[in-house]
Amino acid sequence: MAALAATSSLAVKPSPHGAGPRVIRNPWWVRAFFMTVALLFVLCFLVLPLVAVFTEALRKGMSAYFHSFTDPDVLSALRLTLLTAAIAVPANLVFGVAAAWCIAKFDFYGKSLLTTLIDLPFAVSPVISGLIYVLVFGLQGWFGPYLGAGDHPWFGAWFNAQDIRIIFAVPGIVLATIFVTFPFVARELIPLMQAQGNDEEYAALTLGASGWQTFWRVTVPNIKWGLFYGVILCNARAMGEFGAVSVVSGHIRGETNTLPLHVEILYNEYNFVAAFAVSSLLALLALLTLLLKSLVEWRAKKGGA
Amino acid sequence: MLLARTQRSVLPGFGLSLGFTLAYLGLIVLVPLAAAFLKTAGMSWPDFWAVASSPRVVASFKVSFGISLFAALVNAVFGLILAWVLVRYSFPGRRLVDGLVDLPFALPTAVAGIALTAIYAQNGWVGQWLDPLWARGIQRLSNLIPWVNWPEFLGVKLAFDRPGIFIALTFIGLPFVVRTLQPVLNELEPELEEVAATLGANRWQTMTRVVFPELMPALITGFALAFARAVGEYGSVVFIAGNMPMHSEITPLLIITKLEQYDYQGATAIAVVMLVASFVLLLCINLLQKWSRRYYRF
Repeated sequence: MAALAATSSLAVKPSPHGAGPRVIRNPWWVRAFFMTVALLFVLCFLVLPLVAVFTEALRKGMSAYFHSFTDPDVLSALRLTLLTAAIAVPANLVFGVAAAWCIAKFDFYGKSLLTTLIDLPFAVSPVISGLIYVLVFGLQGWFGPYLGAGDHPWFGAWFNAQDIRIIFAVPGIVLATIFVTFPFVARELIPLMQAQGNDEEYAALTLGASGWQTFWRVTVPNIKWGLFYGVILCNARAMGEFGAVSVVSGHIRGETNTLPLHVEILYNEYNFVAAFAVSSLLALLALLTLLLKSLVEWRAKKGGA
Repeated sequence: MLLARTQRSVLPGFGLSLGFTLAYLGLIVLVPLAAAFLKTAGMSWPDFWAVASSPRVVASFKVSFGISLFAALVNAVFGLILAWVLVRYSFPGRRLVDGLVDLPFALPTAVAGIALTAIYAQNGWVGQWLDPLWARGIQRLSNLIPWVNWPEFLGVKLAFDRPGIFIALTFIGLPFVVRTLQPVLNELEPELEEVAATLGANRWQTMTRVVFPELMPALITGFALAFARAVGEYGSVVFIAGNMPMHSEITPLLIITKLEQYDYQGATAIAVVMLVASFVLLLCINLLQKWSRRYYRF
């Protein structure tokens, strides 16, 4: 399975050889050199960008910072971002559980091909992820003529009456987000459920539990931390996706702008304080994601996921 | 026989879960991806070739693939050092740094883009020191080796030029090398190095003959992952790249430009070239991981 999102997975077991007393060590100046290089690298590429977001956001003081959030366009972008994640994350959660169930619990021909196909969206550039939906649902696309603003004699008229649009509208944004976050939950659960095996489920079935009872009472409690881990990663990407959403959104202020897209608009209007203020919200989300992720990893290390 | 079970199992739900998985995968991923290939199949070969080999497109391929390669190489070197430091050294704040490594995964790319621009622009925290140095260095290099067009090749400033693309792509690829190396380094028994030492190897020999060969498969995998991610990256690059056609325009941006001009065929043709490249990369990465798993039998 390709680890195209090579996050440290829960299924990776912690090793017994951590930092400990060792017989041979590099001389102190070698260690000091490597430490300095590594920390400088982290400082320049990770710490400074993070600090810059908050400093730039607060450049004109607290009141300017909070004033940025009173803009109705920001609020509607926030609503759309939350809505998108609220649809995309549960959809991929259900898919992830179903995919992990059939891949981890059963043996069938074509399993490794299926696993590779699930990873496919990680290999696709975000821009292309948006483009393919334009090709399917856009005006010149396969279903374009049948949709709102399309010119198909029957369906176009019907969808026009219903005003159902997909591209340059909310459904397109949701679809593109589902595409880019597609593998997150599945790829977290598959190795975890494979490592756990089927014994507990067999025991439950032998004791007379039904299939659903086995799933809810045995499998779900066993994978809950892996599920949670997948969901927070999926959610972070869903709320932060830029490229794919940018292609399908149409950038209609107050209507089809998510928070990351609104950051771009504000930035291009030289409204830097507002752009960084909105960014700081997304940066806080990223920090929260990292914190939760570390907590889950710490828990998994302490006593079984 | 594809998708047929090899063995009966008493566990229920195979048909339901596999059916749902295939339907969802088909609708969300396979059908839309097929749309790109079918759209291109509607083009004649000379038309396709005319788009894919037009100077602006080729220049964007060179920028995207070239700088991604360079960024992935730098990530391989510094990622190795960082992973080594995180696994082998203990220092205050190690946990914090370890958690922060995943920041490029968690931080929305647009935010990363404007933050990096703010730092490395001419008036930014790092840019105000480094930018004049860079310009002077390029000047010096041009005097020293005049037959290479250095300002064109390396850019004359950090942000809004080629180095900006490099900075963004390095940021994006950073976690891949570290996260693929860390588990391998964790498994690497220090006893191995002690054995080498008792057999008379000095520290340098131990590193180059014992440690690096063990790390190589994971290092190459991490490098390939970082490269694959960088080639397709859009959000963080567009803010810092300057986006000059033929010089600092990345391929994903060119796709968007074509789309905005309603040149759907042109956009799709470029996209198909990139898709094929990333599928080949995905295949290589899969093979690499199989190889590295065979390599490590603990």
